[in-house]
Amino acid sequence: MVSKMKMTLAALASSVALGTPALAADLVINFDDLNPGPKQGFEDAVAKFKAENPDINVIVNINDREAHKTAIRNFLTADAPDVTSWYPGNRMAPFVDAGLFQPVDDVWEENGFNEDLAAIKATMSRDGKIWGVPYSYYQWGIYYRKDIFDLLSLEEPQTWDELMSACAKMKENDVTPFTIGTKFLWTAAGVFDYINLRTNGYDVHNGLTAGEIKYTDERIKATFTNWEQLINECGFVDNHASMSWQDAIAPFANGDAAMYVMGNFAVDGFKNAGLTEDQIDFMPFPTINADVPPAEEAPADAFFIPANAKNVEDAKKFLAFVARPDIQTEWNKTIGQLPINSKADISDDKFIQEGFALLNGATGLAQFYDRDAPAAMAKAGMEGFQEFMLDTSKMDAVLERLDTVQEEVYN
Amino acid sequence: MADAPMHQTHGPSWIKRNKLAVTPWLFLIPALIFFTIYVVLPIFESLWLSLYEWNGLYDVDGNSTATWIGFQNYVKLMDDPNFWTSLRNNIAWLVLYMLAVPVGLFIALFLNQTVSGMRFYKSMFFFPFVISQVVVGLIFGWFYNPDFGVVGTVWKALFCEETVNLVGNTTFKCARPVPDILSSEQWATYGIIFAGLWPQIAYCMILYLTGLNNVAPDQVEAARLDGAKKWKMLWYVIIPQLKPATFIAVVVTVIGALRSFDMIAIMTQGGPYGSTNVLSHYMYEVAISEYGERYGYGSAVATVLFVIMLFFISYFLWRMYQDEKGTR
Repeated sequence: MVSKMKMTLAALASSVALGTPALAADLVINFDDLNPGPKQGFEDAVAKFKAENPDINVIVNINDREAHKTAIRNFLTADAPDVTSWYPGNRMAPFVDAGLFQPVDDVWEENGFNEDLAAIKATMSRDGKIWGVPYSYYQWGIYYRKDIFDLLSLEEPQTWDELMSACAKMKENDVTPFTIGTKFLWTAAGVFDYINLRTNGYDVHNGLTAGEIKYTDERIKATFTNWEQLINECGFVDNHASMSWQDAIAPFANGDAAMYVMGNFAVDGFKNAGLTEDQIDFMPFPTINADVPPAEEAPADAFFIPANAKNVEDAKKFLAFVARPDIQTEWNKTIGQLPINSKADISDDKFIQEGFALLNGATGLAQFYDRDAPAAMAKAGMEGFQEFMLDTSKMDAVLERLDTVQEEVYN
Repeated sequence: MADAPMHQTHGPSWIKRNKLAVTPWLFLIPALIFFTIYVVLPIFESLWLSLYEWNGLYDVDGNSTATWIGFQNYVKLMDDPNFWTSLRNNIAWLVLYMLAVPVGLFIALFLNQTVSGMRFYKSMFFFPFVISQVVVGLIFGWFYNPDFGVVGTVWKALFCEETVNLVGNTTFKCARPVPDILSSEQWATYGIIFAGLWPQIAYCMILYLTGLNNVAPDQVEAARLDGAKKWKMLWYVIIPQLKPATFIAVVVTVIGALRSFDMIAIMTQGGPYGSTNVLSHYMYEVAISEYGERYGYGSAVATVLFVIMLFFISYFLWRMYQDEKGTR
């Protein structure tokens, strides 16, 4: 609010100073992260954009992530900015379908993004058009306690069987293999997505979240059978249903649990819990079916132009700017994530390096279950995952219920 | 007075003549306007919205993207297991919340003595009602926490032994796993109701304490002379005189049970997997929450809740009306 006030005042002052507001074209950008790192990254980029385009008067509104999710539903119609941050995949679908975003195919065409951002193009597209430009993404995988692995002389498991035998060894030594906090549900979706991607691959993930594959399909059942094996032979911490993902760091930091299926943003949390860089490491989720080409979870953050934007020309300039290799390099170094532009450089942080290698080898990038599936389906699905994790004998009942929901949601 | 306007000479003005009838309405107008805008119109709007399918978005020109689907939302409700779970939980809330009335009465009877410092004890008992429901939810959420809560700590002391884990940190090894009340399908709802009873009992207690002040001492005296003691005294002499307090206590408890939202939102968000939802929270979840965006369906849930509330409220109003008629 304060920053909004300041910006409005600044805008007022500048328009007064110039006398004719038309000289300096206003460019209003809504951004959705107040956390120090992401805010810094965004503000640095904006400062650079201003320096390069002195004739554009940039006005920035930064909001909290959750508040932004609510606010965007109003401001796209009522008081549209020229650029807003949002998520690709199914999360942009309601706005695209309601005609609230405008396609930016020309920005991609003119700047060669079709090649440089090729990996994410499918995710940014809907109805044959491209709707936004991504500035960052991050990898998911297994974060593990290197010191525990060393004590038990374990190697990073490459295959499902190796994972099972590693788990057996951990359990012998009273270490719970996995920690997780499913109170807010989405963490369970990460585990499901990975087992599904490794069992069936990227196309089945997309078919499922697009409503083309049933939950009682043999392939999805195979995913759940593997998950059941993971729960029985590896196992997750007790009481995970009453913990948030941050709470679940506690057993990991204490050495009671050795692995955590998570996104790269969790590294900060691990370090804040007192773990050092030497104690934690990253590994890709092990292969289950060797014939399935590797696909990874890599949720992206992007910028979109609302249909009601007043200054479309400069908005497109900004979109072209945020995907430039040098900008993506700087920005992602600041926020500790990965640039999407294949020509950008990455920081020398070991998790970023490993993530970069991982995502470069991927044949498909999933956005995450709750971004790829429509909201109502995602909610029911994730509740089903949680229920299954608490009692695996409910598998068939859960899958049948999800089929019912699926039928309703997609029709 | 010769140059005064004609109509004034015809006696008192219309306003003056109808002063008694007009004045109450003048005072009521501001309240009525706001009540209409913020309560009555939204009720009709959500009734109307429940006949549409709508994701809450307007298109570029500001037109709603809703499509008319008639009573489809209600048909869907009938087949929605989450809806029935919520309804069942609402009934559990209604029934168990009623415990607040007798418990409140007994605490009030216990506190209705002249002992030094009684005011202090009374205010301590009343304290939970003063703090916000959200805070009560947080406190009980911690209380139930299996890792660091009271439940977890006591359990660990009884059934667990402290050991050192692989990397040399302290940890617990339990003979039986610590009960995780708020994550258990069977117990979570009761856990939340129990937390909700804490402030509700305090509320009923204060209602009964004021009621007890008005119990006629001569009747108690007379009953005592007739040999009434303990339970008989309570049942035949005290409780009948507390009837007005009982009525209000029941009304606020029923309404409190039906609008239980805050504690569920704080303690479980309806989880695990929807098993602690009640209608008010389910409505929020399908319409307004991050994974909602089904405003028509949410309105249908709201309508069902509204009908249930209307049933109780009409009954209470009817009772009050009957009582007033009786005293006239």
